[in-house]
Amino acid sequence: MTLLQIRLIIAAAIACLVAAPFVLNPFSITLLNYIGIYALAAIGLALLTGVGGIVSFGQAAFVGVAAYSTAWATALNGYSPWLGLVLAVIVTCSVAAILGFVTLRLGGHFLSLSTVAWGLAIAFLFGNIDGLGQHNGISGVPPISIGRLALVESWQIYFLIWAIVVAILLLCYNLLDSRIGRAMRALRGGNTLVESLGINAFQIKLLTFVIAAFLGALSGWLYAHLGRFVSPGPFEAGMGIEYLMMAMVGGAGSILGGVVGAAIVTLLKNTVQDYLPLIAKGASGQLEIVAFSALFILFLQRARQGIVPFLAGFLPDLKQSRPQVADPLPLRDKPEPGTLLLKVHEAQRRFGGLVAVNNVSFEVKSGEILGLIGPNGAGKTTMFNLLTGALRTNSGEIGFAGRSITHDQQFHIARAGISRTFQHVKLRPRMTLLDNVLLGTYSRTRTGLFAGAFRLNQAEEASARYEALMQLERVGLGDKPFELAGNLPLGNQRVLEIARALAADPTLLVLDEPAAGLRRQEKLKLAELLRSLRADHLTILLVEHDMEFVMSLVDRIVVLDFGSKLCEGEPAAIRGDARVQEAYLGGVA
Amino acid sequence: MTADIAAILAIDGIATGAVYALVAIGTVLIFTVTRVIFIPFGDIAAFTALTLAALDARQLPGTVGLVVVLACMACLMEVVALSRVGEFRALPKAVLGYLVLPLIVVGIVWLTMRFNPPMPVRIVLALLLIMPISPLLDRIVFRPIADASVLLLLTVSVALHFALVGLGLLFFGPEGVRTEPLTSMGMEIAGVHVSGQTMLILIAALVFSGLLLLFFDFTLLGKALRATAFNRTGARLMGIRPARAGTIAYLLGSLMAGVSGVLIAPVNTIFYDSGFLLGLKAFVGAIVGGMTSYPGAALGAFGVGILESFASFQSSTLKDVIVFSLLIPILLWRSLASQHSEEEVEE
Repeated sequence: MTLLQIRLIIAAAIACLVAAPFVLNPFSITLLNYIGIYALAAIGLALLTGVGGIVSFGQAAFVGVAAYSTAWATALNGYSPWLGLVLAVIVTCSVAAILGFVTLRLGGHFLSLSTVAWGLAIAFLFGNIDGLGQHNGISGVPPISIGRLALVESWQIYFLIWAIVVAILLLCYNLLDSRIGRAMRALRGGNTLVESLGINAFQIKLLTFVIAAFLGALSGWLYAHLGRFVSPGPFEAGMGIEYLMMAMVGGAGSILGGVVGAAIVTLLKNTVQDYLPLIAKGASGQLEIVAFSALFILFLQRARQGIVPFLAGFLPDLKQSRPQVADPLPLRDKPEPGTLLLKVHEAQRRFGGLVAVNNVSFEVKSGEILGLIGPNGAGKTTMFNLLTGALRTNSGEIGFAGRSITHDQQFHIARAGISRTFQHVKLRPRMTLLDNVLLGTYSRTRTGLFAGAFRLNQAEEASARYEALMQLERVGLGDKPFELAGNLPLGNQRVLEIARALAADPTLLVLDEPAAGLRRQEKLKLAELLRSLRADHLTILLVEHDMEFVMSLVDRIVVLDFGSKLCEGEPAAIRGDARVQEAYLGGVA
Repeated sequence: MTADIAAILAIDGIATGAVYALVAIGTVLIFTVTRVIFIPFGDIAAFTALTLAALDARQLPGTVGLVVVLACMACLMEVVALSRVGEFRALPKAVLGYLVLPLIVVGIVWLTMRFNPPMPVRIVLALLLIMPISPLLDRIVFRPIADASVLLLLTVSVALHFALVGLGLLFFGPEGVRTEPLTSMGMEIAGVHVSGQTMLILIAALVFSGLLLLFFDFTLLGKALRATAFNRTGARLMGIRPARAGTIAYLLGSLMAGVSGVLIAPVNTIFYDSGFLLGLKAFVGAIVGGMTSYPGAALGAFGVGILESFASFQSSTLKDVIVFSLLIPILLWRSLASQHSEEEVEE
């Protein structure tokens, strides 16, 4: 499928949306209005849950905060609905920012549980605050006016609602295809991966959270002015799970899925309300929620993927054009070959009583390949984590390029010019090779949220894409940039990680067991690649198990054993060292 | 607030906390063994109260219908699952476990009710009726996705709660119930009147937590459960079936929740949907214990009870807001206290 075909499909869809009010009956239009409103909240949740991996049960509360804000401003204080919109967005986003700031450091299910907690607390507040009409709600919310035209009829507000939905869809797609959006898509890969790319994971999570709340705010604002009445009911916990259902049924991770999910759930609900009374007289209300929950559970058991990704599987692949030649991204100043680059001084790390790294000191000089070796349990991985900031030292100093990085956070260290790969490959399997490598350019580019969503910084994006392609070609993966990373064999996945690390233009490349699990041919190719990188004056620190691989490649070796440095020197000297032989092979009896 | 009022509030809070503690312990038990955060636990407690009220009124409780429906579904699923893999020899046992056993329970209740049994028997009957529900739900809802992430299980669990609330309304109706007090005694402790019901709640909470402790420490089955909670794969290698351990955890947990329902029914009016708040508050307690520690969960639950008691004195309408807002700092503290490893990557 080409880009033109996709544009045609979008144009046709918009034409259908414009034509709908002239064809459909008023009831269908009202239904479409609610679908649009729910879709906005569901899109927010798709971003948060599907893209960012943060399952939230509290979206309904944000919708409610916005609806109550605008109702308070317009119905109780007589301001214009547009002022209500401003207030709704400010209040909702502030609440989200505060809640997010407090809770987003929580891990996995604790975070989701906290969304249940504040979702409930906020919903209880609506019904218990005197100024907000308590359980009776606030009536008399005025309609939205554009100029002198008041949007009273449902077909009038229909255009406003769906214009907003379409605009939000386009902005979200732009955003996800930009620098910040790619960082959001990386969130599900875990904090260590995200931070290793120089991305402040917490900041991106908070941003995603506030964007989701912002979309909830738009939804709540429209909701208040469409129904002209707000009460606590529609913002309670039950609705929170309904939004989650919309996002997941549509296909969490897919923005369009939010709209499709909202449509399916709303229409299904409508149908259920029509037909259940025929089956079970007098019990339809309670059966409705049973039927719905049961369907949702069945869905989660059988088809977690969602509808849009399922259908998209049948479409022909999008034909994307290879990135064109563009201005190169700025390069870092590299130190002179042979100067001191990394200095580890008396680094110590304890886990309880176990001293995993015990006062280890070594240096890495610019332009060399240093191997860090040692038997199992020697403390190699811990040392690695100390260097990259994944763990903190208990004592000792680590200096990089003339500056102490001992207390720096992981993403700061990454931005300072240390790029890493992982022993257990951490790629985004559902992203293309090019997008994965583009993640590496994060710290070298500047495009922010708005510039990304409105496509204001296309020159930098073009440069980044070209840079990513260059790095893919440098490592020998340039022939299929739009392949999904998950489809690569392990050897190429490791190489792809190196390309991603290179895209950050690092001063020091640290590789965690790059040869683990590779076949002989793949190892030879990898060694070849690393030699060519050294020829380009890149400094490489290598943690490796495979002796043959290390000995033939590195300039110097540091040997760790039981957390302490055993010795260091050139490969030949290490090979002949009695202490090393004893550590690896056991002493001579 | 005078010292007298504070004492009364504290006693009230401790009693409420004891009820929460029973549910919290059950929640921890099920989470550690099956990784399911079983939100519908409060519903189980509420259903027990409703069942007991129906038995008191000499009516056949709605629970009977619920158990029969669930048993048929679970049995059907098990039979289909077994047939697919060709394990026909296991079929009679499956039918016995998932259909006949629950039906026998229903039969016992039905028969006993003809003899107008006294209060203690009715309580036992209510507990008997409630106990099959969670294991059956486990079979129907959670077993097919036993290996999914904690988050997905949590989402399913929340959805299941809403299904149960709907079923509760269907089977029990909208009326609230309050059962007869279990005792009319009372006593003075340091000048403050303590009702027999409060004493009973405390004693029951202590006895049942104690029994659970004994079960874990001194029976092979209890040890198997602990092993499963500690390491599922390891337990499986030792010949412990996680599914069976799960069923037992659900049975025990239901018993705890059921007892709490029986205890709270004479004190508070219980509706079909009262379980949600009960369950969630117990849950706040369980989180204090990091979802893994029984004493921690019990302490947390007592804390929630006392806090709620004092909060409702200050502002009865905002007490729930206060309790749930409190969860956030607790979660933060837990999150900082536990060195959680890199989160699971999901695709």
